[in-house]
Amino acid sequence: MPETIQKDSLIGKRITKLDAPEKAGGKTRYIQDLDVQGQLYGKILRSTRVHAKIKSIDTSAAKALSGVHAVITAADVPWQRPIGVAKDHFPLKTDRVRSLRDEIAAVAAESEAIAEAALKLIKVEYEDLPVLSDPNDSLKPGAPLIHPEPHGASAKHDHLKQAQGIAYAGKPDNIAMTFDYQQGDVAAGERESDVVFEDTFHLHYVTHCCMGVSGIIAEFDSSGNLLMYSNTQVPFLHKREFAEILNMDPARIRIIQPPIGGGFGSKLDIYPFEPITVFLAKASGRPVKLVFTREEEFLASPTRQPVILTLRSGCKKDGTLTFRTVNTLHDNGAYTSWGATTPFVMMQTISSLYRVPHCLYHTKAVYTNNPYAGSFRGYGNLQATFAVEQHMDMMAEAVGMDPLAFRLKNAQDAGEVTPQGMHFKSCGLKECLTTAAEASGFLAKTKANAAERGKPGRFKRGIGIASMLHVGGGAKIYPSDGCGTILKMDDFGSVTLITGASEIGQGSETVLAQLVCEELGLPMSAVRVVNNDTEITPWDVGVHASRTTFIAGNSAIGAARKARGKILAAAGKMADLNPDELDLRGSHIVETKSGKVVMTLAKLLRQLHFSDKAELVMTSFYYEPPSKHQDKHFKGDVSAAYAWATQVVEVEVDTDTGIVRLLKVTGAHDVGRILNRLGLEGQIEGGIVMGQGYALTEELMVENGVVRNPGFRDYKLVTAPEIPEMDVRFIETMDGEGPQGAKGVGEAPAICIAAATANAIENATGVRIMALPFTPEKVYRALHAARKEAA
Amino acid sequence: MSQQTINFTLNGVPTRVSVPVQMSALEMIRNVAGLTGTKYGCGEGECGACTIILDGVSLNSCLLFAVECDGRQVTTIEGLAADPVGLRIEKAFVEAGAVQCGFCTPGMVMQARQLLEQNPHPSREEIQRGIEGNLCRCTGYVKIIDAIEAASKE
Repeated sequence: MPETIQKDSLIGKRITKLDAPEKAGGKTRYIQDLDVQGQLYGKILRSTRVHAKIKSIDTSAAKALSGVHAVITAADVPWQRPIGVAKDHFPLKTDRVRSLRDEIAAVAAESEAIAEAALKLIKVEYEDLPVLSDPNDSLKPGAPLIHPEPHGASAKHDHLKQAQGIAYAGKPDNIAMTFDYQQGDVAAGERESDVVFEDTFHLHYVTHCCMGVSGIIAEFDSSGNLLMYSNTQVPFLHKREFAEILNMDPARIRIIQPPIGGGFGSKLDIYPFEPITVFLAKASGRPVKLVFTREEEFLASPTRQPVILTLRSGCKKDGTLTFRTVNTLHDNGAYTSWGATTPFVMMQTISSLYRVPHCLYHTKAVYTNNPYAGSFRGYGNLQATFAVEQHMDMMAEAVGMDPLAFRLKNAQDAGEVTPQGMHFKSCGLKECLTTAAEASGFLAKTKANAAERGKPGRFKRGIGIASMLHVGGGAKIYPSDGCGTILKMDDFGSVTLITGASEIGQGSETVLAQLVCEELGLPMSAVRVVNNDTEITPWDVGVHASRTTFIAGNSAIGAARKARGKILAAAGKMADLNPDELDLRGSHIVETKSGKVVMTLAKLLRQLHFSDKAELVMTSFYYEPPSKHQDKHFKGDVSAAYAWATQVVEVEVDTDTGIVRLLKVTGAHDVGRILNRLGLEGQIEGGIVMGQGYALTEELMVENGVVRNPGFRDYKLVTAPEIPEMDVRFIETMDGEGPQGAKGVGEAPAICIAAATANAIENATGVRIMALPFTPEKVYRALHAARKEAA
Repeated sequence: MSQQTINFTLNGVPTRVSVPVQMSALEMIRNVAGLTGTKYGCGEGECGACTIILDGVSLNSCLLFAVECDGRQVTTIEGLAADPVGLRIEKAFVEAGAVQCGFCTPGMVMQARQLLEQNPHPSREEIQRGIEGNLCRCTGYVKIIDAIEAASKE
């Protein structure tokens, strides 16, 4: 036993991920790698038409195939309930298909090959309907309706007639959702303006491309309890929603999350394949496993919202922003995901990234026959930031200010409450702006590049800046934004951290363990994390909104502090010392001032376990962070803290081919405080490259409702040789409510890249492009159109 | 469906299996041999999650027929447990923070193993080129490159 132990801290250190050794050795079992004794294999028959009535389905030949245990259509599950936020989506389609991915029938068989063969034997007769593939067309008078009437047979069931939802009631127009927000008086704002711009920005389809494709295993036990091995990001909310869809008691549903091969928001919704697999398990009486092919993943998983955004904004001669008016049209696709609520986030950027006195914001999300959009890292913020930050540059130029000074003039400060009601208790925006600008040499390069523009030469350099605001302390969109923790101490000095928070690769289990170790003076090796079983873990609203470190972190710290208090009190009693003068360090109890070791933690815990008052299971529930629900006017302080960042992007444009290369990204992120530096860097770097893909290479090409590039060959993810040099700085604003001062950061790094790249291309070429992605063809056409105009 | 019996060495162990002739090596490794460290990511040789080493050459096992393994040496991620260089790479991936969701990791590690075999001291640029056929959606590749560089310097 050492004589003394000095104070040490894990905060800010480079902590390796707890799950990394298993993953690096190929030992981690993802959903694809799990098998359950007696399992069957599920496969789904999808529509071959974009929009059509289903005239008939003949499954007789499939049912007769040897090895087939169940073939189901909507007729076999008349009790199925619709999924999704608007309840406009039956897992198995009843009367019509509304997009090419639509689920018509499903098979459970003894092998995947047999299930596939059975699908080929199912005959479907369709009657084609006119296809809506442009959201503008969906709004035209007389446009065909996507949900004109209740969805067929299921809706006729008496017990469901009272139920709410578009699947039961139909929809007399193609408008899935609208959002209207107003602050001040934009007309008054415009009157005060010396400069006004109005432009329309086009944001495209991209998709998550999780490396692990979607999958699920469902089985019922003999008492009718349902067990699902699921990749969900929101296990507790899904328990409730599954219960509703399946007309089951939620208490009979258990969800186990195997390690997840990427999430990025894609697993926030329930998708049809999940209840369908449950239907198959029920129909066959056997466990059923269903795993997508990559092509299916491209066709039948969600996308980011394609948005047409018209922005009108103004400022005074001195650079003060005056107003913004925004009209956006979102292509919702055929059904409504949680992702349709992205305007919640978009309007925050529009109203509150910079100080704007007057704002008007209208969004329509409209139905089409395209793939339906879901939630995706950044949740609308990439789209909003793309427009807002281009206009910031344009206005700066018009009033003769540099882009940095113009932004600094309008930037938010700590303490500010915006007209939308967001309260920035900590705010590092100005420091982010100046740090990123200085580190990249932004101002000098801006001038130098602009001076090179008119000169001959094929390759042009450009530099662009953009900032972002995003929730960083949870988001109060559900009745609670809470997370529970159970902390269990064994009699050897180790702890088991049982948390409601889900790990999707982002490193939450590691950072939560780190926070616990920090409180209890333990090495990382002393913690085990349990985080993937709804029967065991306490409640949580899931991994989304960059909330896990903040919310689950505060919850874990709460439990650890209870344990700490208990341990120190017991140690004080045992050693006849004042507990207030004791500390936990290196698995020992020490005197705080001198560091003198009093006893080992293990010894104390053993003694406590053998006493009658051990109670070494601590619980904590961070139920109500100090945030508020928005009111019906979308005003309110929805997050307990807000994250800020500025990214400066440097590009090289090949003016002969239109190829844009990302040379360097300099980022400054207000993260509150650095907890795990290694994990934090990884999140930022990964987000930057995801943003790069959004800006330059990725596009899900959808023509008349048909996805033309459902594979990695034609859907171009960024590869290792293409990544830019990265210089990432962290701004520590020590948020008062954050765990050890930290704020959420998961989504932030992906948000600014496209906007900053647009500004950089303009700096390089003088040409501003308002549509993504910046493919060689698009850039080439824009440069040549500009040249023609100039000539 | 015609079956064929093949004999090959899987991670140093003589192995005999009977497989349908159209089965891919990836399916055989995962579903017949039961080694699930090799991942299905796309099935068309675009993502590298299924990378194995066959007679000293790394390749996408999804594009290889199982029967083509007959008489050859197959190494999967599980086989690196007996390979000091492989273990060094795995350790470097852990320490550099190169693992997030981890789904691409076994393929990346296998490709890194091949790279270091051919070029024990690659430059960062050579590492980037070396893993160009392996997709990662989480990390932005920086820490993967760091890991391979660190492993090459040990």
